Amino acid sequence: MFDLGGKNALVTGASGGIGGEIARALHAAGAVVTLSGTRLAPLEALAAELGERVFVETCDLSDAASVEALPKAAAAKMGSVDVLVNNAGITRDNLFMRMSDDEWQSVLDVNLTSTFRLCRGVLRGMMKARWGRIVNISSVVGATGNPGQGNYAASKAGMVGMSKSLAAEVASRGITVNCVAPGFITTAMTEKLNDEQKARILTQVPAGRMGEPGEIAAAVLYLASPEAGYVTGTTLHVNGGMAMI
Amino acid sequence: MSDIADRVKKIVVEHLGVEEDKVTENASFIDDLGADSLDTVELVMAFEEEFGIEIPDDAAETIQTFGDAVKFISGAV
Repeated sequence: MFDLGGKNALVTGASGGIGGEIARALHAAGAVVTLSGTRLAPLEALAAELGERVFVETCDLSDAASVEALPKAAAAKMGSVDVLVNNAGITRDNLFMRMSDDEWQSVLDVNLTSTFRLCRGVLRGMMKARWGRIVNISSVVGATGNPGQGNYAASKAGMVGMSKSLAAEVASRGITVNCVAPGFITTAMTEKLNDEQKARILTQVPAGRMGEPGEIAAAVLYLASPEAGYVTGTTLHVNGGMAMI
Repeated sequence: MSDIADRVKKIVVEHLGVEEDKVTENASFIDDLGADSLDTVELVMAFEEEFGIEIPDDAAETIQTFGDAVKFISGAV
């Protein structure tokens, strides 16, 4: 339905469950895709699966210089970055009273500060092209909070405010900035939960099941498409009704 | 008029969609030529590319008028 032919997309965290599906969806819609992540092997495996129109660029999002270099490297390989998906994220959960400065700062750095730097890095090209799509992957807990995730929830809520501010600045240039906020999705991040934890979470989900990475990718694909040109500054919640906001 | 001034004027006319005769020495991009703050950032970007120079943020802030731009660029190229 959505055609991204001729568009160049950069996806961070593409070695993860959700990021990989986002990359597949954009690629299937015709986009050239640069896969970014910290680990080379899974990125190359995904690149091999996708075949043509794909590049790999490793990046350590906790390192400022590495983050600054990523948009330039991606643009050098693809010609431009028309679609940026900030999907990479980490968790370092701890109860608030026990949370160290390092646990706080590392999550903010990787999830929020790198998103800021990558957005800034792609803006010049998008401004000149008078077209751009930025999709930031937030989380339901950015809106609801979650015990043990003060750092993660802050980073994900921060993304929403940042995205709205940027959306307002660049809307007149044909650039949209939106968030997708997944609920509980079957990924390596949620696989760490035991059956009891999962069952308890599912009592909070009206849909009665966890979401699939492809259901997040579909939301991203829509927001990246030409058809979504009038949608900006919003957060699309994909959570099975877990939080109706 | 110098070559630099001509090239700057061309960028301003194209970017802001204004008449050429409105782009005078003391014409302020924001007050006289209808630019918003993002336009001024884009103008600086366009000047940097046209002339192959870097315009630091603190210098960019001092470029308020067409004359300011010509003067700064003339000193930088």
